[in-house]
Amino acid sequence: MTTTEAPAPPDGQAGAAPLEVRRTPARKRLVPYWLLLPGILWLIVFFAAPLVYQASTSIQTGSLEEGFKVTWHFATYWDALGEYWPQFVRSVGYAAVATALCLLLGYPLAYLIAFKAGRWRNVVMILVIAPFFTSFLIRTLAWKTILADGGPVVGLLNALHVLDVTSWLGLTEGQRVLATPLAVVCGLTYNFLPFMVLPLYSSLERIDPRLHEAAGDLYARPSTTFRRVTFPLSMPGVVAGTLLTFIPAAGDYINAELLGSTDQKMIGNVIQSQFLRVLDYPTAAALSFLLMAAILAMVTLYIRKSGTEDLV
Amino acid sequence: MAVHETTEAAAARTPNRGLRWLRRNIIAIAGLCTLGYLILPNIVVMVFSFNKPNGRFNYQWQRFSTDAWSDPCGVADLCGSLGLSLQIALWATVGATVLGTMIAFALARYRFRARSGVNTLIFLPMAMPEVVMAASLATLFLNMGIQFGFWTILIAHIMFCLSFVVTAVKARVMSMDPRLEQAAQDLYASPVQTFLRVTLPIAAPGIAAGALLSFALSFDDFIITNFNAGSTVTFPMFVWGSAQRGTPVQINVIGTAMFLVAVLCVVMGQLAGARRKRSKRS
Repeated sequence: MTTTEAPAPPDGQAGAAPLEVRRTPARKRLVPYWLLLPGILWLIVFFAAPLVYQASTSIQTGSLEEGFKVTWHFATYWDALGEYWPQFVRSVGYAAVATALCLLLGYPLAYLIAFKAGRWRNVVMILVIAPFFTSFLIRTLAWKTILADGGPVVGLLNALHVLDVTSWLGLTEGQRVLATPLAVVCGLTYNFLPFMVLPLYSSLERIDPRLHEAAGDLYARPSTTFRRVTFPLSMPGVVAGTLLTFIPAAGDYINAELLGSTDQKMIGNVIQSQFLRVLDYPTAAALSFLLMAAILAMVTLYIRKSGTEDLV
Repeated sequence: MAVHETTEAAAARTPNRGLRWLRRNIIAIAGLCTLGYLILPNIVVMVFSFNKPNGRFNYQWQRFSTDAWSDPCGVADLCGSLGLSLQIALWATVGATVLGTMIAFALARYRFRARSGVNTLIFLPMAMPEVVMAASLATLFLNMGIQFGFWTILIAHIMFCLSFVVTAVKARVMSMDPRLEQAAQDLYASPVQTFLRVTLPIAAPGIAAGALLSFALSFDDFIITNFNAGSTVTFPMFVWGSAQRGTPVQINVIGTAMFLVAVLCVVMGQLAGARRKRSKRS
């Protein structure tokens, strides 16, 4: 094989080492690069380069008719922040509340699948993933029906006087739920819940059930077992889940648009309307970067605080 | 005082049976409630696909009818947008799966200098708010004077699906035993044979998962498409537009059909997996 594969190199070293051993490393060293090339090129051209381009757009001035030019006009950032800080604060607030609710609602479900479902595990798993497959816009629109004025949900909340409390807190207005912060948070929680449940489940599933038995043998009450054993061991799932929920929720504009009113606009709505309706590209670009920076800062802080590095 | 305490403790130890059952199953009950919260909108979509609304908006139950089911394409542009979405999802899946699988193999199998950089580049699109990606890609297209439409949507979809394919395939290839390939080579299989007969079949579930994920993501994507579609209307764009103009019942019919097809596929996959496991054991 080796003799037919290539003629002996002229430098006379051929005898020193078998041809194959000498040749494969050089060829092999290039293989990963050839494998990477098309995909990475795609990401560089259509993901990384646009971000750089966006950065340059954010310091441009001009108009659609006259064209935009880079003028190092950093004031766009200040103006955008000055004008749209309420939407920023609201986005972060809604996303934080939705993430907390996702954790609160998702944990029991993930726990149920991991430890209690037994032979029903696959069925429950299908029920968690299947709602994914109906278009999420259609599902979000369904919340309009569920939370409709005078509908059963609003009626029940009203009868239990929950709406009195929530409207006192400023979450709802009067007898309505639609077009209030509660509706938007409800939609956000709903839409991103699976992103919390799946990582939680995969980290809970890895916990050896014998650890629970051991804790019980050492006279730990179930609540202590949970607090000292289960929850700390599920921390990677909690961190991954909160990030997977918080980041998209902070940038979302669909729930605020479909379930909220103009008073519940989030920063995503502003970017969308600046880009697609007002056609003010520098402001849209500056807002995108501010959103990215805010998220990056919070995520870094959070990861540092929670102390888990095995994320990806 | 002490006597009082012991009776209280005794009472706490033997509460009535219902309460004790509740306490033991509290997590399961909470989990099932969450499951209900997740499924509720799907049930509403299903039920309202049989509604006959009075006005343009399908938010209130009027009366039962199967009109929409017998004529799912009865609304202008609906099935056209559906076909376009399917077409885009199909090509995006092919593109992202091929490119993503290649990257995954490179990352899982080789040590090279740019490795951590590549890992970061793969991770970033998944960790970035979609609006930011959508707006920056659209800015690029706009400034290069590229016409928005089918191709810009496809490019964008391949871009954001890629990372998910890489993650799915990489996980599978990493957990694969390299000795299986060595064994194949020891049995005089050529590299091509080894790849086709050993490596690929083992990696297949990961590749399939990545492909399914990209199909679902691409088919359902709204935010990135909204920025990069121009006047082209995909199915999610159609739904979005109809939310303002009045939602036809047919949207719920298609939502329900998607749900049923997906559940059917998942169940069939599970059954096939179970059968394979059983035949392997015997």
